[in-house]
Amino acid sequence: MVLTGAEIVIRCLQEEKVEYVFGYPGGAVLYIYDALFQQEAVRHVLVRHEQAAVHAADGYARSTEKVGVALVTSGPGATNAVTGIATAFCDSIPMVIISGQVPTAAIGQDAFQEVDTVGITRPCVKHNFLVKDVRDIAATIKKAFYLAKTGRPGPVLVDIPKDVSMHKCEFEYPKEISMRSYNPVVKGHSGQIKKAVQLLLEAKRPMIYTGGGVVLANAAEQLTKLTRLLGFPITNTLMGLGGYPASDRQYLGMPGMHGTYEANMSMHYSDVLLAVGARFDDRVIGLPSHFAEEPRKIIHIDIDPSSISKRVKVDVPIVGDVKEVLEEMIRQLESGEARPNPEAVAAWWKQVEEWRGRNCMAYKNSDEIIKPQFVVQKLWEVTGGEAIVTSDVGQHQMWAAQYYRFDKPRRWLNSGGLGTMGVGMPYAMGAKLANPDMPVACITGEASIQMNIQELSTCKQFRLPIKICNLNNRYLGMVRQWQQLFHGQRYSESYMDSLPDFAKLAEAYGHVGIRVDKPCDVEGAIREAFTTHKNDLVFLDFQIDQTENVYPMVQGGKGLTEMILSAEDL
Amino acid sequence: MRHVISLLIENESGALSRVSGLFSARGYNIESLTVAPTEDASMSRMTIVTSGSDDIIEQITKQLNKLIEVVKVVDISEAAHIERELMLVKIRATGKDREEIKRTADIFRARIIDVTDASYVVELTGNQSKLDAFIGAIDPALILETVRSGVCGIGRGDRVLKL
Repeated sequence: MVLTGAEIVIRCLQEEKVEYVFGYPGGAVLYIYDALFQQEAVRHVLVRHEQAAVHAADGYARSTEKVGVALVTSGPGATNAVTGIATAFCDSIPMVIISGQVPTAAIGQDAFQEVDTVGITRPCVKHNFLVKDVRDIAATIKKAFYLAKTGRPGPVLVDIPKDVSMHKCEFEYPKEISMRSYNPVVKGHSGQIKKAVQLLLEAKRPMIYTGGGVVLANAAEQLTKLTRLLGFPITNTLMGLGGYPASDRQYLGMPGMHGTYEANMSMHYSDVLLAVGARFDDRVIGLPSHFAEEPRKIIHIDIDPSSISKRVKVDVPIVGDVKEVLEEMIRQLESGEARPNPEAVAAWWKQVEEWRGRNCMAYKNSDEIIKPQFVVQKLWEVTGGEAIVTSDVGQHQMWAAQYYRFDKPRRWLNSGGLGTMGVGMPYAMGAKLANPDMPVACITGEASIQMNIQELSTCKQFRLPIKICNLNNRYLGMVRQWQQLFHGQRYSESYMDSLPDFAKLAEAYGHVGIRVDKPCDVEGAIREAFTTHKNDLVFLDFQIDQTENVYPMVQGGKGLTEMILSAEDL
Repeated sequence: MRHVISLLIENESGALSRVSGLFSARGYNIESLTVAPTEDASMSRMTIVTSGSDDIIEQITKQLNKLIEVVKVVDISEAAHIERELMLVKIRATGKDREEIKRTADIFRARIIDVTDASYVVELTGNQSKLDAFIGAIDPALILETVRSGVCGIGRGDRVLKL
């Protein structure tokens, strides 16, 4: 069948079973939008800014096991998309971004809306392509999807010049794809796995530390099984929340800069640390030299060899798909007689419980002023812990991660790696479209939400009844916290004046807006949002304590155990 | 420590910038980089001379391998190998200097490949230190221009970098 390049693009998306494309039209993608218009299988979500298109596709991918797809025009369309692409790249989210480009003959001529999209995005994609011949479109898109979802996932960009989308050729979608230069390892080395299991069995102070890799590999079930089989304490990083049920006794909370005392102490003083799909990020282990002071054996399972021994020397590296490796570990454990030393592990648990006894997550609640932690706890109660929760970046993100207990994977969507303010609402949009029957909440702040506030309009058009919980403290809270603690309380540009009345703003877009000033009204407002206004977007504007800080805290450049547990430690 | 990394990469536009971009983005050092297609025109062979601690070199090879278009990466300086670099030097050659330069070129087994009444172009192949030594042997005031290709490397004996 002879088709135009644009028709081929859409046919390829159909072949990949793409449900939604998030995008914004423009000159260079007019043919593609025309082809999109003439079919119904692939639905388009018109955002109000290209950054939100990529974030929404990213949120769609995070909340499912599918590849997120975004479509933008050349020039500013592509540059607006860059933040979204980099955000997905830092968290290894499988995505395909299709960008229009000026016609082939105009490339390099400083044409209208021309930028070197492939050049600009090169450092923040898994791979990218410029398609110069209509006959290459199908194979390139096939490759893009294959690259995006295999190995360590990531965003792949396909740049298509306007004339290429207009030219015609015979269409046939390739069934298989193989690339001689790309063969990700899936199965872990069985000898290494055996060594790892042996080490775990001999451990006296074992600890399991897992990250986003467990969620991406859909390995939560295997992780839970292995952890229960071993009986060891476990921590999930910010990206790995939900990888192990947070309500389980073996779970110690999140590690790192704003992690729990018990998680950080157990990481630090373990003698065998099993790291699964985590990368010893600076926000997780603090100062690497301090972390290395305690002798411990580290087992590291990761799909990406370059993540292993990057910041911390690893004793037993295992390259492979987390799910496959965990399954093999379970098999080896179950087929053998050996079990962890019960006395040693019991003694270790005694120590861990002592640490847990410090109750580092306690906070002083108030009847007068709304505490942000209280809002998150109430949200958790009202939704029964069953909502998909997205967040933006800052204090509210940490409170959401600390106080909403995630028992299942793909329920917590946030920008962990790049730390992009403005992702919250678009993530919620993508998640809601992918999971129409699930409650979706976006925990945000008055600063972050304004970075993509225009998407209230998209939510109206596509009737997305997400619940926005704005923890409004009239400050760039995390900046203010650092300025208070480390910059002599000089609050340089961290106060925001002239804020809109968010409730009215939401109403102006045709949504429901509720302003909440008193702690006693918090629960009622949340309930109202999820019951009375079940089918509406509700903007809950909580006026919270302006000076509340996120604790515990490990200061930048300090060791993991050097924690400030509460304001009293200052 | 100095390392010589050889790699095979798909001969596609942009492939070189992926490699050079990787080095600059991650703060790795490049002393020289040479690239040209192999006998199979769909693939290029690159030789990169770099330096760094063992940890950094390990990361460099892992990160190179991670590039989608990179087919194979080998640190050829880990074992016996040969390095060669080509240099062309334009030297002012008048009066008694003409004979002296010719003699020095002979000693280094270099060739004079262009002659005018006032200059020579000398072609010299060898490892980096040999080329450096030749430059050192010529009066700096006489050197008009120097161009070096960067290092090409290959493993000795059975060590073969091939698909």
